[in-house]
Amino acid sequence: MKKRKMYMRMITASLLRRRSRMIVALLAIAIGATILSGLVTIYYDVPRQMGAQFRSYGANMLFTAVNDTFSQEDVDNAVAVIPESQRVGVAPYRYETVRMNDRPVLAAATDMEGAKSASPFWRVNGDWPSADGQLMIGKSVASLYKLNPGDKIEVTYTPVIETENSSSDEEALEENADEEFILDNYIDFEVVGILDTGGNEEEYIYMTLNDMEKLTGKANYYNVCELSVSATADELSVYADKISEGVEGINARLVKRVTQSETTVLSKLQSLVLLVTVVVLALTMICVATTMTAVVAERRKEIGLRKALGASDKSIIGEFMGEGLLLGFAGGFLGAFLGFLFAQGVSVSVFNSSISFRPLLLPVTIIVSVVVTGVACLIPIRSATDVDPALVLKGE
Amino acid sequence: MSLLELKNVSKIYGNLHALDNVSLTVEKGEWVAIMGPSGSGKSTMMNIIGCMDKASEGEVLLDGVDISKESSKSLTNIRRDKIGLIFQQFHLVSYLTALENVMLAQYYHSIPDEKEALEALEKVGLADRAKHFPSQLSGGEQQRVCVARALINYPEIILADEPTGNLDEANEEIVVELFRKLHEDGTTLIVVTHDPEVAEVAQRTLVLRNGKLDHETVNKNFTGHIKYNL
Repeated sequence: MKKRKMYMRMITASLLRRRSRMIVALLAIAIGATILSGLVTIYYDVPRQMGAQFRSYGANMLFTAVNDTFSQEDVDNAVAVIPESQRVGVAPYRYETVRMNDRPVLAAATDMEGAKSASPFWRVNGDWPSADGQLMIGKSVASLYKLNPGDKIEVTYTPVIETENSSSDEEALEENADEEFILDNYIDFEVVGILDTGGNEEEYIYMTLNDMEKLTGKANYYNVCELSVSATADELSVYADKISEGVEGINARLVKRVTQSETTVLSKLQSLVLLVTVVVLALTMICVATTMTAVVAERRKEIGLRKALGASDKSIIGEFMGEGLLLGFAGGFLGAFLGFLFAQGVSVSVFNSSISFRPLLLPVTIIVSVVVTGVACLIPIRSATDVDPALVLKGE
Repeated sequence: MSLLELKNVSKIYGNLHALDNVSLTVEKGEWVAIMGPSGSGKSTMMNIIGCMDKASEGEVLLDGVDISKESSKSLTNIRRDKIGLIFQQFHLVSYLTALENVMLAQYYHSIPDEKEALEALEKVGLADRAKHFPSQLSGGEQQRVCVARALINYPEIILADEPTGNLDEANEEIVVELFRKLHEDGTTLIVVTHDPEVAEVAQRTLVLRNGKLDHETVNKNFTGHIKYNL
């Protein structure tokens, strides 16, 4: 029989046939490895999970026009830079000043489905406009005009008259105010919903792009495009730079209050996870070191006997370290799988979505467990070499 | 040249002389018993001869080498290569089988050989108990495993510290019989005992008192067989 075979036979026999003591150490390592594996899984999955959660806070990227407006083609080119899997919502907006009861009101036209996705926090009392002739109005506007869902309202728009001398719409309107040939465009809308956001959005009325085209007589231009993208702040910055540099007419920038709060929350959460992992590993190390100290104390006679039979200090260290590392391996292996189940449970209960197993985590958890166990064993095993066989093997 | 020679050996702990200027020789193949009351220095002498302790003064020549000057690492090697130890409390590893306990001595000495270990167990009449754990063996059987472990590496000397101290009469006889066979094979035996009947079996008995060699008796009618005084 080779020495290595006998070595393996001894250390496995020590672990398997002295289960009661070793099970404590194995449990400590397995629990540590479970927490490690679970938290690392969560650590890497949190940005994805939280990213999806953060999308409920609205757009995190904004396209603005370099020269007043940009077209649908510009939007398409810019959006193509962002991988489709990361696009949550794209809502291009066009703003105009219109009139309701002869009072100016700010009107926004957008792709309603895109707006729903990009601004999921908007609360609508009633329905979103789903067809032409339907209007959603902000709560402030509704309150001012005393409008409710189901009410009818006429929205008018005064077309801009291009003159050689005028330099703005206002001047043109003033110049032509008394002229008979200036006719307002109008559409009779049905109010279908009241928008309640608690923000500036309540001061607008919302219509479909088609209605806005009919009202203004102008098509295919936007002032702003709001995007909700499921990506980290770094990724968003890269996309924004690429779009600003690569798409003419569009300037992409991040909605800092959203991206910064995302980054802050994520980094704090990840720091917390990291801290808990380190604390758990330290506790595991202490538990293993304590158990191994007890094991060494319990086996002083055996150590003395081995020394009396001619075992060198190196052999004693090798045997106890072998036991420790084997425990670390077994605990790490067990912990990697239990950790996945733990992370899966957390993910399902907290984020309501499952996670996939990361195969790389298995060797990483095993290696970390083996290293932690090895370090934890150093001091107790060192004390094993101090055993004096003459003392511990004394007759009575 | 004697196999073992102690020249004016003392072991001093503070003011206590556990061994006080002891000199003795043991020839190769000799069977020597060491007797004496508790605290007479028997265990101290065993530890020094067994390379588990060092003399404070004097020389201890084992096979011509003064082991009192050797480092602890070197003493470990000498112990492993030249000495077989038998203890009163057997000291078998509880989670290893009888066979594995014998192989343990081989493991530290050279290369474990299952067949040879089994032969050693056969010599002590325990081949059929090879796969049993110490807890499944009687005291006598455990001591026989201990004897098999001590002889497996063909040591120059077998040192037995109260080998029959925990055994009943029947098992005592079996162990002494094993010693007789080992002696016949040419093994040098040094047996520390309280039991006069076990000491009388040896060729020579050294009696220690207060750390000094008190007297020595030679068994002129040496047979190697135990005689009980009924």
